[in-house]
Amino acid sequence: MPGKLKAKIVAGRHLPVMDRASDLTDAFVEVKFGNTTFKTDVCHKSLNPQWNSEWFKFEVDDEDLQDEPLQVTVLDHDTYSANDAIGKVYIDIDPLLCSEAASVISGWFPIYDTIHGIRGEINVLVKVELFNDLNRFRQSSCGVKFFCTASIPRCYRAVLVHGFVEELVVNEDPEYQWIDRIRTPRASNEARQRLISLMSGELQRKIGLKVLEMGGNAVVGYLQCFDLEGESGLVVRAIGTACTLDKLSSGSAPNTNTHMHPSTAPASNACNSPSKDGKEPVFGEDMTSTSGPPTPFRALPTTSSSLPPFSPSKPCSRQSSSSDTDLSLTPKTGMGSGGSVGKEAGPLKTLLRQQTQTALEQREFPFFTLTSFPLGFLVHVGGVVSARSVKLLDRIHNPALGGTRSYKLLDWNSVTADEPETRDAWWEEIRQEIKSHAKALGCHAVVGYSESTSICEEVCILSASGTAAILNPRYMREGCLDIGITDHRFEEPSPPSCGFCHIPYDELNMPFPAQLTYCYLCRRQKVPDVLFTTINLPAEAAVTGKGCLIQARLCRLKKKAQGEVNATAISNLLPFMEYELHTQLMNKLKLRSMNALFGLHIQISVGENMLLGLASATGVYLTALPPPGGIQIAGKTPGDLSAEHHILTIQKRINDTIAKNKELYEINPPELTEEVLGSPVPDSRQRSRLFRSHSESSDEVSELDLSHGKKDAFVLEIDDTDAVEDIHSLLTDAPTPTGFYSCNTEIMPGIYNWTSGVQMFTSVRVFRLSNANLTNQGLNKIFTDLCENLLKSFYFKLRSMIPCCLCQLNFTVAVPEEELIQVTVTAVAMTFDKDQNQEKTADKPPAKGGNETEEQLQFPLELCADPSSANCQPASKVSGVPECSNFSSRVSSLERSSPLPEGRSRSLRSNRSFGGISVTVVKMTPLSFLPGTRIIKYLGIINMFFIRETTSLREEGGVSGFLHTFIAEVFSMVRAHVAALGGNAVVSYSMKECMLMENPNKNQAQCLINVSGDAVICVRETDQEPTPSTASIGQTCTSATDEAT
Amino acid sequence: MTMELDVFVGNTTIMDEEVYQLWLDGYTVNDAVRVRMDGGVMEECEASADVLLSDTMDQYRTFQMCERLLHSPSKLGNQLLFQIPPHRQAMLIERYYTFDDGFVREVLGKKLSKGTKKDLDDIGAKTGVTLKSCRRQFDNFKRVFKVVEELKGPLVENIHHHFLLSDKLARDYAAIVFFANNRFETGKRKLQYLTFQDFAFCAGQLISNWTVGAVDNMVEDMDVDLDKEFLQDLKELKVLINDKDLLDQHKSLVCTALRGKTNNLNEMETNFKNLSRGLVNIAAKLTNAKDVRDLFIDLVEKFIEPCRSDRWTSADVRLYLTHYNNSVHLLDTFKHQVVWNRYMDVVKSSINILHVRLDESEGLSCFMEKKKSQRWGSCSSCRSPHSLAPGQTGGGLRDLFWAPTQPGRQQPVGRTHRSGRRRSIRKKDSLIAARGGLPHL
Repeated sequence: MPGKLKAKIVAGRHLPVMDRASDLTDAFVEVKFGNTTFKTDVCHKSLNPQWNSEWFKFEVDDEDLQDEPLQVTVLDHDTYSANDAIGKVYIDIDPLLCSEAASVISGWFPIYDTIHGIRGEINVLVKVELFNDLNRFRQSSCGVKFFCTASIPRCYRAVLVHGFVEELVVNEDPEYQWIDRIRTPRASNEARQRLISLMSGELQRKIGLKVLEMGGNAVVGYLQCFDLEGESGLVVRAIGTACTLDKLSSGSAPNTNTHMHPSTAPASNACNSPSKDGKEPVFGEDMTSTSGPPTPFRALPTTSSSLPPFSPSKPCSRQSSSSDTDLSLTPKTGMGSGGSVGKEAGPLKTLLRQQTQTALEQREFPFFTLTSFPLGFLVHVGGVVSARSVKLLDRIHNPALGGTRSYKLLDWNSVTADEPETRDAWWEEIRQEIKSHAKALGCHAVVGYSESTSICEEVCILSASGTAAILNPRYMREGCLDIGITDHRFEEPSPPSCGFCHIPYDELNMPFPAQLTYCYLCRRQKVPDVLFTTINLPAEAAVTGKGCLIQARLCRLKKKAQGEVNATAISNLLPFMEYELHTQLMNKLKLRSMNALFGLHIQISVGENMLLGLASATGVYLTALPPPGGIQIAGKTPGDLSAEHHILTIQKRINDTIAKNKELYEINPPELTEEVLGSPVPDSRQRSRLFRSHSESSDEVSELDLSHGKKDAFVLEIDDTDAVEDIHSLLTDAPTPTGFYSCNTEIMPGIYNWTSGVQMFTSVRVFRLSNANLTNQGLNKIFTDLCENLLKSFYFKLRSMIPCCLCQLNFTVAVPEEELIQVTVTAVAMTFDKDQNQEKTADKPPAKGGNETEEQLQFPLELCADPSSANCQPASKVSGVPECSNFSSRVSSLERSSPLPEGRSRSLRSNRSFGGISVTVVKMTPLSFLPGTRIIKYLGIINMFFIRETTSLREEGGVSGFLHTFIAEVFSMVRAHVAALGGNAVVSYSMKECMLMENPNKNQAQCLINVSGDAVICVRETDQEPTPSTASIGQTCTSATDEAT
Repeated sequence: MTMELDVFVGNTTIMDEEVYQLWLDGYTVNDAVRVRMDGGVMEECEASADVLLSDTMDQYRTFQMCERLLHSPSKLGNQLLFQIPPHRQAMLIERYYTFDDGFVREVLGKKLSKGTKKDLDDIGAKTGVTLKSCRRQFDNFKRVFKVVEELKGPLVENIHHHFLLSDKLARDYAAIVFFANNRFETGKRKLQYLTFQDFAFCAGQLISNWTVGAVDNMVEDMDVDLDKEFLQDLKELKVLINDKDLLDQHKSLVCTALRGKTNNLNEMETNFKNLSRGLVNIAAKLTNAKDVRDLFIDLVEKFIEPCRSDRWTSADVRLYLTHYNNSVHLLDTFKHQVVWNRYMDVVKSSINILHVRLDESEGLSCFMEKKKSQRWGSCSSCRSPHSLAPGQTGGGLRDLFWAPTQPGRQQPVGRTHRSGRRRSIRKKDSLIAARGGLPHL
C-alpha cells in the first residue's frame, strides 16, 4: 500500500537578482517526487516571494518514499527564453516514515546551486500520510530507525542486539557517462547528487529489510560510505548493528544513567518464553565451572529500580536449526587451561547457540559497529584486529593480484547486475579474515568494527578493523537459562572496572608473545601489559590520570606504476607501514607513560607516488594494567665515547619527557608491592595486539609478529641516522598547551565535569610538496609538521574556551594529486569545569556528559547572549528563543512557517529584532551526546551529499575561499534540515568525505562533501518534563526569558 | 609551511574581535599578523607565526563573506550561512558601522557622491585612516543615506531599525545624513576647531526643531529636510530689528535682566543691536539654500566672533542668550513667539556649544603654554564652561561633558591620530579628549 506525500511551498527570501534590468526576480517553484512534478505560480518581481501554494499531493509506494528525495527547484520565469534555475533543495523524507521520529518537516531551507552555492532560502512544509502495510513481501522497510550513533541511543534501551548488517549498491557514475560530455557541469553535478541520494535511500531500505528479517527494529552505528571508483562506477555501502530498541518513556529516563541497562529485558523474556530455551543446553559440560541456580528474575541491582515496567518484546519467530557454524572453531584449548579461561567458555558457547538463532548475516560475522556499550555488555577485550586488501579496479586487465583474490570488473553495459557480488565478495573476504583473527585471540566477536577504502586511479585498498572481544550473550538472545550464570560470573571474579582488560585467550597458548600479570585491580585474573582497542573507553573502566591524543604518522614513497605492478608494490609496502606505525604508537605510548590505546584508527591512504599512514588513538593509563616501562636507548657501537655521550643525552631527554608527561597527565598510579602481584613484571615486553594481514599473505600465518623479535622491547637501538631521526621525531610532538586536552574518543578519560560550551569545527589543509626529490624522512617530517601545526592552530583558535578538551578528533588524510597531501579534521571542543576536576574519581560512573551533575545550569555558553545584549532582543518571546537551543522547536518552526512580510512597517515596529524571524540555533557534535543536555527525541538520520563546482576560483578567493564557503554552506544546510525536522542538535555528526579537485590554471575547482549524523531534540538536563509537549515549551521559554532578563 | 589550502570552519562562527577591528581598519593580512604579534597573542597560546597567519587569513575570509550581510544588517539575523550568537551579531554590526571621527569630520556636509569618493585617498592621507577603511565608512554613510532617504517616520528610529545600530550610533548617522542632505558647510577654516560630535549635537537640535518632522511625524523625509514653511515664517522675525521701538524695548529688557549678573554688561549693551541684527538676519535669510549651508559660518561670524573680541566667557554667552530669548516673550507687540522659540532653541544651544568649544580650543592652547612653565597648573579660563555646561543644556549636550578624565593620555582635540595596534582603545580616548575631557588633566 502506498503513502501520500504532501508538500506546500510557503515563501522565499533573500533570492538572488535574476533580472538585471529590474534588479528583481520572477520566481516560481517546481516540486518533484519520482516522476510527478507540480509547479507554483510565478511570483513576479520579488526577492522575497510569498507563494503560499496549495498542498501538492503525491501518491506513491512506500518503497519510493524511502528511496526518493523530494526535489524542490526554484526557477526564474523568463517569458522569451528558457527559465533559469536558481537552485534546488533535496529533502530526505525518511524521518517522516517512522512514527517515533519527526511528524512534519517545516522550515527555511537554503536554496543550493552546485555552481553558485546558496542563493536565498525557501520555506517548505512536508507531511506524509502512511497507510499500514501488511504485505509480507513488501520491499520497503518503513519504520526501521537508523542511528549514526555508535552506542545505544540515549532515550532507548536495547532489548536485543541482533548483530551485523551490511549492504552495498553499485551504479555507474554520471560523471563518467557519455552524456556528460554534452551536458552542463550543473546538470552533471545534479545528476550525481540525485543518484547518490537515491542510492543511499535504496541502501537504507535494503538494510532495513534485513533488520526486519532479523526481528530488529533499528540500526545503530550506521556507517555509510561512498567509493567513487571513477570509470568503474560508484559504490555506496553501509554497515551497522541491528538492534531491537525500546523507547524509554521520557518521564522515567534516568538522569544519571545515560547508558541504558537492558539487563531486565532478558530477564523478563526469560519468564515469557522459557520453553523455547529448553532445548538449548547442548553445551552443558562447559558450564560446569559456573555454579548457582538460574535466577531468571535477578536483574542487576543498579538498574532495576530506575526502569519502568515494560512490555516484553515479542517472541522471536526466527529459530533456526542449531547447526554448527564456523564459529565453533573457537579455541578448544580453553578447556584445558586454568580457571579463568574455563569460565570464558560458558558465555562463548551460549553465544554460539545464539548465533545459530539469528539470521545468516550475523551468523557469518559476529561484528558490532558499536563503540560504546551498555554496562556489562563487554566482557573481555582481546585487542585490535585489522585486515587490508589491495584490489585493482581495472576492467581491462584480467585478474592479477594475489592469485585468486582479485576480481575482474566486467564491462558496465553487459554485467552491471553482477557487480555488487564482486564487491560483496571483496568485503566478505576481509570480514572472514577479521573473524579468524578474532578467533585466534580467543574472542567470538568484533566490536568497534569499521570499514574503509582508499582509491587512487585503479588501485583500491580495502581496510577493516575492529576490536576482538567477548560479549555478554544476554543482549543477543532471548533465552534465559544462563542469565544467573553470567550474572554470577560478572559479579564475582571480574569487577566492571577491570573485567574487560582480562585476557580472553589462553594463557598457555597465547596467540602472540605477551607478558601477562595479574590484574592490578582485582588481582585474580591475568591482564596484558598493553591493550589496543578501537572502541571508546568503557564508562566503568578505572583510569589513572588523564588521557591524550597519540598519533603515528608515516609517509612512504613508491614508484609510479600502473595496474598490477602498482598494486603489488603497494601490497608489499603495507606490512612495513603497519609495522612502523605500530612501533611509533607503542613508543609514543611509553613516552607518555600510558598502557592502553582506545579509539585506534589506522588510515592508509594511497597516492600515485606515495602512501600515507596515519594512526590516531587516545592513550590512557588503565589502572588494571601494569605500569609501562621506560624507554632505553642503546648504541650499536659501544666504546665510541662521543656516541655514548650522545646516547646519554638522548636518554636523559626521554626520561625527562616521560617524567613531564606523567605530571601533565596526572599519572600517579598507586605503588604496588611486588609480593602482592602474582608475577611481577620486571621488564615488560612489547608485543602487539595488532593483527594485520593482506590479501596475499592471509593464507600464511596471519599473525605477523610485530614485536621487536626477542629483544628487550623498549630498547631503541641507534644504529644509523634514520634511527636517530626517529627518536628525535618521537620527541618533537609538542605537548598540548595548558588548559587544553585532546583525544579522538568520545570523551576524555579523566574529565567528567563537562560544561555546556560546544564548538564543532572542520578544518582542511592541503600541502603541496615543492621538492621533487624528497626522501622518506623528509616526507615524514613534512607530514608530521602538517598534523602538529593543525593541532596547534586549533589550540590557538579555541583559546577562548580554555579549559577545554578537543574530543573525537578525527583526522583523515588523502593524496588528492601527485604532489598534494590533504588532511581533513573534524572535532568538537568542549569546555569543562576545572575546579571540580580533582574531587571526582571513580565514585561516579565516569561516563558521558549525559550524566552530568545538575549544578551546571548555564546553557549554551557560546550561543547565549549575555544579559546586556539580551536587552537588545525583541520583546516578543519568539525571537528570544534562538539563543536557547534547548527550546523544543515546534514553536519556532510554526513561527518560521508563517514568515512575516519583510516590510518597512514591521521593521519599524520591532525593536532591534535582527530581522525579526528567528533562526533556531542548531548545535552539532561528533559525539553521541551534548554535555549538560538530555536528548529527548531522535528525529532521524541526516545523510547528505553535496557537490560544489566553480569556474571562477580566483574570484571566490582561491581554493581556500571556495572550500571555506562550501563547508559553511554544508553546515548551514545540515542545520536547516535539522531545524525543519523540529530538532535543535545533531549528534554523531561526521564528515565522511571531503574530496577536493582543483585546477587553478583553468580557474576551476570541484568539491564533494558527504556528511551524516542524527537529528535530535535535546533539553537542558535540569528541565524535567514528561513529554516534549507544549508544557515543556512554556517551561523552556520561561527559563530562557529568565536567563535573558 | 605555506599551505595550498587552509581553512577552518566552526559550526558557531569563530570571530576574534581584535582581528575584526584590524580588518575594519583596512590592515592587510600581513600587517594584521604583525600587529597581533606585537600585541603578544603568541605567548598566550604558544602559537607560532604560521599559526597566527593562518588564523588571520581564516578570519579575514570569514569577515569578507559576512560583509555582504553587514550591508543589510537585518539579513544577518535570519541568514542561515553563519551561526552567530545574537550579541556577536550586534557587535559585528556596531563595529562595522562605527566610523572615525576624524574621517567623518572631513566629509561632513559634503555630497555623498562619486566625486567625494574619489577624494577619499586624500582624506585618508590627511586623517591617517587607510583607504580601505575610508571606503567602508563612506559607503556606510551612503548606504544609510539611500535607505532612509525615502522612509517615513523619525530619522533616528529608521536608522536604528534598518541598520540595527545602537542609539548613539544611530544618532550620529542621523547627523551625517542630515548634514549631507542639507550640505551644511563645515570645512571652512573658521569651523575647523569643531569636532564631529559638536556638529552632531547641533544636527540633533536642528532635526528636533527645524524639520518637517518637528511638527508632523508621518511624512517622508520629515527629519531630513528643513521645514520650508517655518523658514518662510522666519522672515517675520525681522520686525525685531526693523521696528525701532521693539528693538529698544528688547534691549532694555535684556539689560535690566542682566544687571548685576555679569561683568561684561557694558559690552553687552553696546553690542546688543549688532548681535541681535546678526541673529535675526541669519533667520530671515534661511529661505535661501545657500544661506542654509552657511548657517554655522554665519553663527560664528555674526555672533561668536564679536563675543570673542569682547572676551565674553561661555557663561556670559549663555546668560546673554537666555535673557535675549526670554525677553522677547515680554514684548507685547511681537506676535511671532512660536516661531521665535523654535528658532532660538536651536540657535541658543548651537551657539553655546560652538562658543564653549572655541573657548576650549583656545583654553587648550593657553593650558599648553602654562603647562610648559608650570607643571600640573590648572587653567582657569576653561574651567568655567565645564562647571556650567551640564544641567543647563540638557540631554544631548550633557554627555558631551560627561567623559571621565584620564590623566596621562593626551590627544589633540578634534583629530584622531591613529596608528598601531591598540587602536580600538585609543580611539575611545581620543573621543573623550574630543569631548572636552582633556583640559581637566
